[in-house]
Amino acid sequence: MSTPAPVQQLAEVVDVRPVGAYLEIGLRLPVAVDFVPGQFAALAVGGDRSSMLLRRCFSIYRIDRGVLWIVFAAQGAGTRWMAARRPGDPVDVIAPLGRPFRPPSATAAAGPVTLVGGGYGSAPLFSLAATLRGHGLAVHFVLGAATAGRLFGVAEASRLGDSVTVTTDDGSAGTQGWVSDALPAVLASTGSTVVYACGPMAMLRAVSELATASGATAQVAVEEAMACGIGVCMTCVLPVVGADGVTRMTRSCVDGPVFDGTAIRWPQAATGAVPVDALGAVVTGPP
Amino acid sequence: MVDMSTSLSGATFPNPVMTASGCAAAGRELGQFLDVAMLGAVVTKSIMLAPRSGRPTPRMAETPSGMLNSIGLQGPGIDAFLERDLGWLVDAGARAVVSIAGGSVADYAALAERLPGSAGVSAIEVNISCPNVESRGEVFACDPVAAAAVLAAVRSAADPAVPVFAKLSPDVTDIVAVAVSCAEAGADGLTLINTLLGMAIDPISMRPALAGTTGGLSGPAIRPVAVRAIWQVHRALPAVPIMGVGGVRTGLDALELVLAGAAAVQVGTAIFGDPSAPVRVLAELESALAERGFAKFTDAIGFAHRAGG
Repeated sequence: MSTPAPVQQLAEVVDVRPVGAYLEIGLRLPVAVDFVPGQFAALAVGGDRSSMLLRRCFSIYRIDRGVLWIVFAAQGAGTRWMAARRPGDPVDVIAPLGRPFRPPSATAAAGPVTLVGGGYGSAPLFSLAATLRGHGLAVHFVLGAATAGRLFGVAEASRLGDSVTVTTDDGSAGTQGWVSDALPAVLASTGSTVVYACGPMAMLRAVSELATASGATAQVAVEEAMACGIGVCMTCVLPVVGADGVTRMTRSCVDGPVFDGTAIRWPQAATGAVPVDALGAVVTGPP
Repeated sequence: MVDMSTSLSGATFPNPVMTASGCAAAGRELGQFLDVAMLGAVVTKSIMLAPRSGRPTPRMAETPSGMLNSIGLQGPGIDAFLERDLGWLVDAGARAVVSIAGGSVADYAALAERLPGSAGVSAIEVNISCPNVESRGEVFACDPVAAAAVLAAVRSAADPAVPVFAKLSPDVTDIVAVAVSCAEAGADGLTLINTLLGMAIDPISMRPALAGTTGGLSGPAIRPVAVRAIWQVHRALPAVPIMGVGGVRTGLDALELVLAGAAAVQVGTAIFGDPSAPVRVLAELESALAERGFAKFTDAIGFAHRAGG
């Protein structure tokens, strides 16, 4: 599938504002770019003499009238710099990057779909929901967080989705538990044929395994740490089985971030290990 | 207009700004953000004989004005490189400097033999910061004798028209001794410097930040080390061309390495933050040379050694 080419450009901050427990930053792009849901943007932080050399990568929330919107939490030096931007400030942006979510039309019967997100990891699911509705699909949401205040986009999901199921670890909203506790019942009652998910690795693994168990396919957007976002640094790799059956340490920035759930070697992906049967694995010790 | 062309042991380049090995893959990804033909050369990620999966993750940790990496030379191996990557670079009009890495002298020689001649490869850069499997894992670059053995073998196996550069590690007591040893063994030039060994511990997990425990430190944090190494080696071996690398982010950074003695400058970690950095550095370096009255780039090489003694 062809996806829009990435553009590096100096964007202008339109606004930085709270959105629930998180922040969203709007960046006006002088060169118009298009994106497909699931793709991401890579931001340089700290200015051109910054001591922070590496790009920060965020899934694209939406692009609206030339403004790219990203949802983030100010939890490190880079994101705190982003939080301190004011309208008119310049930010170097590369977007769109990565392989997006794919609509199910080519691979599966056009059944209902379920979109699963944890915390603000759900940000790319709303543009995805709009796209999938455009394909005539019923869209169901399962959104989870540690506590009610950390949920993201429940109201938006209610507008876009045919149903919304909410879970919180502490039971302060929706059902107490994890999204993976609620997912089997949602898959069964909706008859979903495809599950789309983004969030931490443990959640993606659980979602992928539950989808497979119910006969659905899973497309998961991973959150591996990236240094460059454009495919040159080999930092953001995880073990993925290719169409030829061979496992490779695969770059999540250019070959992902969206992967088929069954293609990821989950036990090793969870720990960062290289499977011993991966192409070019260095086997140490006695054979 | 400054004449930006440079020459490295018989190989000529339209300008001295290159990518650093391991920071530009084999050029194709960077081609989305700049015209690789505009660069002096693309230095490829180190190529090994066989495909290699690299180390476990996490492989990277950001540090002040730098980063640590422990990638473990993940790569496709020489067959896939020759089939897929080198042709792309040549077709794109780029000059390719191919970095090679191995675990034994024989590995390096076999790689040099597999590479095509000067029509496809402008120079070979020998990454000797690899453990020698035949010597209890001691790094070639840390032993002048082992380093010389690799360079002699590569020089003898490679096409005679292709210059061979040894990329040296700064993690040695006397980098000049290693440089002299490599030059005497037949190296046509030297690349200075590879990363410095470093380590970070995550205060939250209270464990090493990298799965590989230690990693290579790169970025502007190490630029003074590069300047020092280039200065020392150029003073000792003024006739041996040096490709300078280490923490270059701007044209003035590149100029600093040139004034110390570099005949070419590689841009590395800066690419991760700014994929168009190499072309920007080139433009900035040309302006900086013009402002200082240089008509030719080559007049600035090692200038700091001459100016005011």
